[in-house]
Amino acid sequence: MGHDEYQRYDAKILTPSFIVLLALTLIGFTLIGVRFVKGIGAVTNMSDGYPWGIWITYDVATGTAIACGGYAMAILIYIRNHMRYHPMIRSAILTSMFGYGLAGFSVMVDVGRPWNAYNFFIPSKWQANSAMFEVALCVMAYTTVLALEFMPAILSYLEKTDWETLQALMDRLHKYTGINRPEMMDERLESVKDLAAWLKPRLDKILIFVIVLGITLPTMHQSSLGSLLLIASTKLHPLWHTGFLPLLFLINCMFIGYSIAILESIISCYAFKRPFELHELTGLAKIIPWLTVIWLTVVIGDLAWRGQLGTALSLDFYSRFFLLEFCLIAGGSLLLFSGRKRSSIRWLFVSAALIVLGGALYRFNVYLIGFNPGKGWHYFPALAELMITLGIVAFEILGYQVLVKILPVLPRLHTRKQLDAAKA
Amino acid sequence: MARPSRRQFLKIMGVTGATLLAGRSKANASDEPAQNYDDTLGMLYDATKCVGCKACMSACKRVNSDYGSLAYEKADFDKDSLWDAPKDLSGSTRTLIKLFKESDKQWSYVKYSCMHCHKPSCVSVCPVSAMTRDKIAGTVDYNKNACIGCRYCQIACAFNIPKFQWDKAIPQIVKCDLCKSTNLLKKGITACAETCPTGAIMFGKRKELLAEAHKRLQEHPDKYINQVYGEKEVGGTNHLYLAAMPFNKLGLPILKEEPPAEFSEKIQHTIYKGFIAPVALYSTLCFIAVKNMKKQEDDQGKHGHDGKKKGDH
Repeated sequence: MGHDEYQRYDAKILTPSFIVLLALTLIGFTLIGVRFVKGIGAVTNMSDGYPWGIWITYDVATGTAIACGGYAMAILIYIRNHMRYHPMIRSAILTSMFGYGLAGFSVMVDVGRPWNAYNFFIPSKWQANSAMFEVALCVMAYTTVLALEFMPAILSYLEKTDWETLQALMDRLHKYTGINRPEMMDERLESVKDLAAWLKPRLDKILIFVIVLGITLPTMHQSSLGSLLLIASTKLHPLWHTGFLPLLFLINCMFIGYSIAILESIISCYAFKRPFELHELTGLAKIIPWLTVIWLTVVIGDLAWRGQLGTALSLDFYSRFFLLEFCLIAGGSLLLFSGRKRSSIRWLFVSAALIVLGGALYRFNVYLIGFNPGKGWHYFPALAELMITLGIVAFEILGYQVLVKILPVLPRLHTRKQLDAAKA
Repeated sequence: MARPSRRQFLKIMGVTGATLLAGRSKANASDEPAQNYDDTLGMLYDATKCVGCKACMSACKRVNSDYGSLAYEKADFDKDSLWDAPKDLSGSTRTLIKLFKESDKQWSYVKYSCMHCHKPSCVSVCPVSAMTRDKIAGTVDYNKNACIGCRYCQIACAFNIPKFQWDKAIPQIVKCDLCKSTNLLKKGITACAETCPTGAIMFGKRKELLAEAHKRLQEHPDKYINQVYGEKEVGGTNHLYLAAMPFNKLGLPILKEEPPAEFSEKIQHTIYKGFIAPVALYSTLCFIAVKNMKKQEDDQGKHGHDGKKKGDH
């Protein structure tokens, strides 16, 4: 299993979708500028009753679950020892890295006094009672871990590159402005290459311990994302407020993680016109229904135990959202129990999409829809607020699109075919 | 290969689940010793004595506006900014008098400000200790120099007390700190209690305030709802209320005696007690992953491949 199992996707970077995504990104980031000049109230509909809006609910609570593809894949490959999925991990890690990095970025946009964030590193300010403290430290640590996990892709690029783009740029600069190439540039570039070559085997040696850390940290903070709402016992609707919130959030992020890995693979194979990774996806799809069955059992058992089953079926506003979330997840899982549907790309896509939607709706229900601070408070995100979220998501897809065209991230095709042939 | 590894996986799931669940069963073991709340400082607001003059509101703003970043709030009709007319507690207003009118005979004023809970949710959830509770005075204070503005305190507070300055580029949380650094420091009494012309706001030690409240309830059982709001709510608060109308009609929520912070901390503490569970999880996973890597290498060696480095990723 070498780096040869990955390859760069050779294609033009400037595509129409690149332009659209770039435009959305620029609009989002301009509005973020407005937020820092005029205050959070200028671009959002958040209020003292609903102090957490779409940014926390989507970008942080839901976005990190959607970014759990890397986590779910790492469990499958390194803990359950299914090495045949190994070629899929790099693209999963890349999307996780973007998901988590941008969740961290959104938090910095969302918090009112980001310049005080250094207090997280001052032991006298630590507050271990706070689930937020745990989430913050874990997410920061995990983003670092993801960057380390992605390093081999960058290092193997640096190792082999001839710096064509940089050379061409320097030549052009020289031609138009007369600026000379800095002396010793070639030697310096060469030393970067040497450093990368030196670092890579050493990083490879300890990488497994970093990877395992990358499994431990999400286990911790994904459950803590559920713990965050434990305190709101008077505000969160009884359908969702339970002591099992941390457990439910943990399992929820796992089945979202596997489902999103399926979706990402199908979408990128479709977009990049590569053959579908059907064999791997069928295997992944087998795991999901078991996780969702555990999750649904805990949900129903807990509701029955707390005597809230009647509330769940009352068909009022909250009950409808609960039932929708429940049916999406249960429906998607039912499809995946059938072996025939599991081996069809179309059904895989439909069921994974249903489960991601249902899982995400669960998080929306806990953070926003089931949250009621009392009479007189209402919340629906403002247009600027939505555009900022959209801009961040666009930046995420943009970054993925560009990086797979520069770095060896996607599974190499010929080895894949060979592997499949070997198995058949 | 698949069989034993699935068993391993389930084992891990089991261990994680067990740690999560085990905590819940021994949840009643509280870490903190029982505290004495007799000498904590608080206020007793008697709604039947309040005439709604709002002198307390203006005194609060006069005294705390610089230190607490308060400001006057203009009403829509008031083009010349003659009056301070906040509609609710806000990023500019720490305390507020409201009138609740059910009919011409049934009405009551009510004063809102921080309840200064014994087990404050805001202190429990603040990730950087910007919210603190004074161990002796029992006052819940806010430090803007530590605050990151995450607004978790707003989510947590059952009374919706902490307010955020939504329209400022450099915002902060605003809430009553019992004039800790202003009037209380200089004169030994809160500005609102000092100013109140009818004695509706009584400042003092909680034990004395409670005794006074119960005395009034006993002397005039016909006048009051037979309850001191804040005596037991969320584990007890330093700000106490007497009123002639049901408290929930006055905007004071019906709350259980168990502090919400106790429930959440129990779960958080049992998962992270001594940081044992995360470390155990990490080492178990390391053990399994390294074993899997070794097996992988052996298999590759057997098949005549030149087994490359382990942990290749």
